[in-house]
Amino acid sequence: MLKLRALRFSYGEEDYQFDLSAGSHSTSAIMGKSGSGKSTLLNLIAGFLKPSGGDIQWLGESILSLPAEKRPITTLFQQHNLFPHLTLHQNLALGINPSLKLSKEQHQQLLQSLDAVGMAGMEYQSAHTLSGGEQQRVALARCLLRKKPILLMDEPFSALDEATRESMQVLTRDTIENNKLCAIIVTHSQNDAIALEASTYSLVNGRLSSHT
Amino acid sequence: MHSVLPFQFFKKSPLQLPSSGLRGNTRSLAASIVTCGALLLGSSAILAEDKTLTVYTYESFTSEWGPGPVVKKAFEAQCECTLQFVPLDSSAGILNRVQLEGSNTKADVVLGLDTNLMATAKDTGLLATSEVDTSTVALPIKWTSDTFVPFDYGYFAFVYDTEALASPPSSLEELVNAPDDLKIIIQDPRTSTPGLGLLLWVKSVYGDKAADAWKKLQPKILTVTKGWSEAYFSLFLNGEAPMVLSYSTSPGYHMAIDKTERYQAAAFSEGHYLQVEVAALLESSTNKALGREFLQFMLSKEFQTALPLTNVMYPSTDIGDDLPAEFNKLIQPESVLLIDSAEVRDNRKEWLREWLDVSSQ
Amino acid sequence: MSQTSYKPPWWLPGGLSVLAIAALAGLPLLALMNEASNLTLLDVVNDPYNRRVISFSLYQAILSTALSVVLAIPLAVALSREPRFFGRTLLINLFSLSLVIPTIVAIVGIVSIFGQSGLANQLLQNFGFNSFSIYGLQGILLAHVFFNMPLAARVFLQSLENIPQEQWRLAAQLGLPSSSRWRLIEWPAIRSQLAGISILIFALCFTSFTIVMTLGGGPRATTIEVAIYQALRFDFDINTAVALALIQLVLCTLIMIATHSLGTHTTQGLSSIKLNQNTLYASGHYFNGLIISIAALFLITPLVSLIVKAFNPATIGVITHAKTLSAASNTLVVALAAGAIAVAMGVGLQLSARHLRLRLYKHSSGRALQLVGNVILVIPPVVLGTGLFILLRPHADVFALGLVIVVAINSLMALPFVLRILEGPVLQAAQQHDRLIQSLGIHGMPRWRLLDWPHLKKPIGYSMAVSSTLAAGDLSAIALFGSERIATLPLLLYQRIGSYRHHEALTTAVLLLLLCFALFFILQRVIGGKPDA
Repeated sequence: MLKLRALRFSYGEEDYQFDLSAGSHSTSAIMGKSGSGKSTLLNLIAGFLKPSGGDIQWLGESILSLPAEKRPITTLFQQHNLFPHLTLHQNLALGINPSLKLSKEQHQQLLQSLDAVGMAGMEYQSAHTLSGGEQQRVALARCLLRKKPILLMDEPFSALDEATRESMQVLTRDTIENNKLCAIIVTHSQNDAIALEASTYSLVNGRLSSHT
Repeated sequence: MHSVLPFQFFKKSPLQLPSSGLRGNTRSLAASIVTCGALLLGSSAILAEDKTLTVYTYESFTSEWGPGPVVKKAFEAQCECTLQFVPLDSSAGILNRVQLEGSNTKADVVLGLDTNLMATAKDTGLLATSEVDTSTVALPIKWTSDTFVPFDYGYFAFVYDTEALASPPSSLEELVNAPDDLKIIIQDPRTSTPGLGLLLWVKSVYGDKAADAWKKLQPKILTVTKGWSEAYFSLFLNGEAPMVLSYSTSPGYHMAIDKTERYQAAAFSEGHYLQVEVAALLESSTNKALGREFLQFMLSKEFQTALPLTNVMYPSTDIGDDLPAEFNKLIQPESVLLIDSAEVRDNRKEWLREWLDVSSQ
Repeated sequence: MSQTSYKPPWWLPGGLSVLAIAALAGLPLLALMNEASNLTLLDVVNDPYNRRVISFSLYQAILSTALSVVLAIPLAVALSREPRFFGRTLLINLFSLSLVIPTIVAIVGIVSIFGQSGLANQLLQNFGFNSFSIYGLQGILLAHVFFNMPLAARVFLQSLENIPQEQWRLAAQLGLPSSSRWRLIEWPAIRSQLAGISILIFALCFTSFTIVMTLGGGPRATTIEVAIYQALRFDFDINTAVALALIQLVLCTLIMIATHSLGTHTTQGLSSIKLNQNTLYASGHYFNGLIISIAALFLITPLVSLIVKAFNPATIGVITHAKTLSAASNTLVVALAAGAIAVAMGVGLQLSARHLRLRLYKHSSGRALQLVGNVILVIPPVVLGTGLFILLRPHADVFALGLVIVVAINSLMALPFVLRILEGPVLQAAQQHDRLIQSLGIHGMPRWRLLDWPHLKKPIGYSMAVSSTLAAGDLSAIALFGSERIATLPLLLYQRIGSYRHHEALTTAVLLLLLCFALFFILQRVIGGKPDA
């Protein structure tokens, strides 16, 4: 269970307070207009921002004091998920070990993850040669490799064209299902929430409310 | 004091170059790295075994035509050591340099200060007594210093080109009041002993009115050079100006070596200012005995007879018939001017300021 | 799970740089202040010589600025009105050449054209005019205009080229006469840059050292920078040196504040110019052509004359002389060491500043950290040198340490340029991916090696090239700390100019120029790799 308890953040005139409970294997969609604070919420959970109060708990323990990379969380961004000058192999390996030293076993896992997103055999291509959809697939593969129980997604499909978006939505839903992840997606599109079969929350005036 | 041969840096034939360029180059680089390293480690005992006497002097003294090479050869033959002349870019600069380096200086001996700077130099506390017997010294003044050894002397004078200037001024007053199209070249009194000499010359003639005299002189000064060599060789002998601040002895060289009477010194009726050039031992020297041996050597006949035609000054001892005959044709000052060294010490900064003030207007 | 590698604290690279800067600039400054405590400011300001030096510094800087800016305006307008002619890009690129050409080298070229026996004077005499002297105020002004007029013209031209095409089309449609176009379109564009470029050129001319040293000619034309040098090296007059250094410190701080409030940079010449082909304008060809030709002649002849005259009877003697070779190798050592230290300090500051901005959201602290590297703009090299002199003299033979000190001062002098070149790229190397980098936990060496270096090697190569070239051509530090034992090519060149050995000076100048060009291009290529196609 991921729990946000009165998680507060103030910046200038903006003031947020988030409360949320998401099951260990569940998908939640946070809906809101742009500027409503959706990204702020993700940044707080991921550890990119420091809250001014409240707590974040995973499986009953606070993760607030952990730095971003130590939290049980992996993130799929809207874009710029890959370093364009590196190969797919390097981009994926960064998810396992930042100094790129992999064991045989880890190398095998890397290839499998690429296979799982339908990009087998492309590991030595440079990332900048890929289309936007392909880049998101590889990014998803890296999320898997990181073996983190929580997957945060920040508008992961909004930069994609319609056809690509659909197949990416399916791939993401299956991935969450197969790996039993706690997934949280921030989106402005109802369609994303439906496609991922997510429970939806809306973010209005800095507060979350559930849609039942 | 200075040799009067056209100073051409690269006239040497390649065979005479002391070492091939590359070797010299790497050596100096390595040497500087080593010295830096040694200094950083705080080690002071550098090459204590190597008997090298380091002498700071002015550039023209060490030039190929100056006394440097002759003196080096003669002294090294008697001392079984290396005599290293370090040519600084100006004469008064020698004092500034040892002051800047303080007790860390590499110099054992300074050569080329003059009577005017003696008290100032002594006050720095950087100099040791010479312990040299100066009884043979024969100068226009009585010699009493136990620190400085006088090696030659001369009178400051404006040297003119007879082909460019038919009738030179016959007094300082006439020069000061001359029309402004008469151009002269002088040296900076902060860096050059002749420059300082002129400052004191004007002071001893005009006293409190010196600033006014300088003011009138200003439009006639083509340029103020850092050292004597640039003024004399590079500008005057190349015809940039008809008159230059130098010495009454300078024409002696042109007459003896160039066999020409073209360049002459203008005799000034107020008298000429005397300069005695001196050398001294540094208190920080680790080679004091050798340094004293060198100072004594400077009064030897060998050293003294070399001076008239290399440094173009009168020797400080009587060398009899060894003085070139041309030196008897030189102008003789009607009176000899000299301000007491202690007075110079007490007022030099103020007088320099006065000069700077007028010169920067 | 991600393995833990050593994670250096974010402040480490910037902290080390700040420490180095504090040691190199802060300690000498303290020494200076300490020494100055027995001075009374009123006496310093009331001293007639000091006053004269201060007023001459200001006077020549104001005149230089006015001349440079006023002459740059017609040139920029003429260039903007003539969008197509053979060699236009080359000429405009030549305007920023002063970055690569050491001041003292250009001076040799200027003297060979405008000096007593130069082409310009000969022409004047042929037409029956009196010859003019390159030494003194007129020489200083000429050289300052030579360096700064192109800089101003470049900035004005950029501003003119930035005028949207639509405005020109509109002007053409409305049939505006040339005078109205100037008043309504061109002048506002130029005016917007006027204050910024003026204060920049004023700052450059006010602290100008090499030009005043070589062309100033005696006490009549001495600026504060040169007077400090003379007080120290001519007269061992520490009181005067400290007093003037203090005055310079105060004045430079004021200029720096003015520069900042106008948002200009001393490193202006670095930005590349974007040319916009303004095709619609075509009138007054002859007049424009005349202006451009005169400017081109003014800028190019000294350089051409320099290169042509470099081959003379003294050439072989100069380039094989041990003094020249030792000076060349010293120059190379100074250039590379100062360049490397400047780049290291610059990278350190920028990495920590980036963390402050992107991770801690402390923009002003990041900005402040970068500003630390601009310390040399407030404490000019000669002032810094005076401080180092006072600091080190009691403990060591400063002349034996000459090269080390020269490297230190030069690295600080190059730092503002390095910071300016690296600021954008360092930020860009992280901006888009910073959250990703953070979530993947990439830091320390792997981050540098995999993510920063590939983006930064070109700008680092460029900044290393710029800073090494600057250091190779600098005279101010070596003038204070050089001696017959330790010289660099600029010092040797200065000595040869000072003793009026023209042939030797010309050859030495071209040698230094070649060394600078070689450093500039080789370093960019070696560090930055092949240029993009």
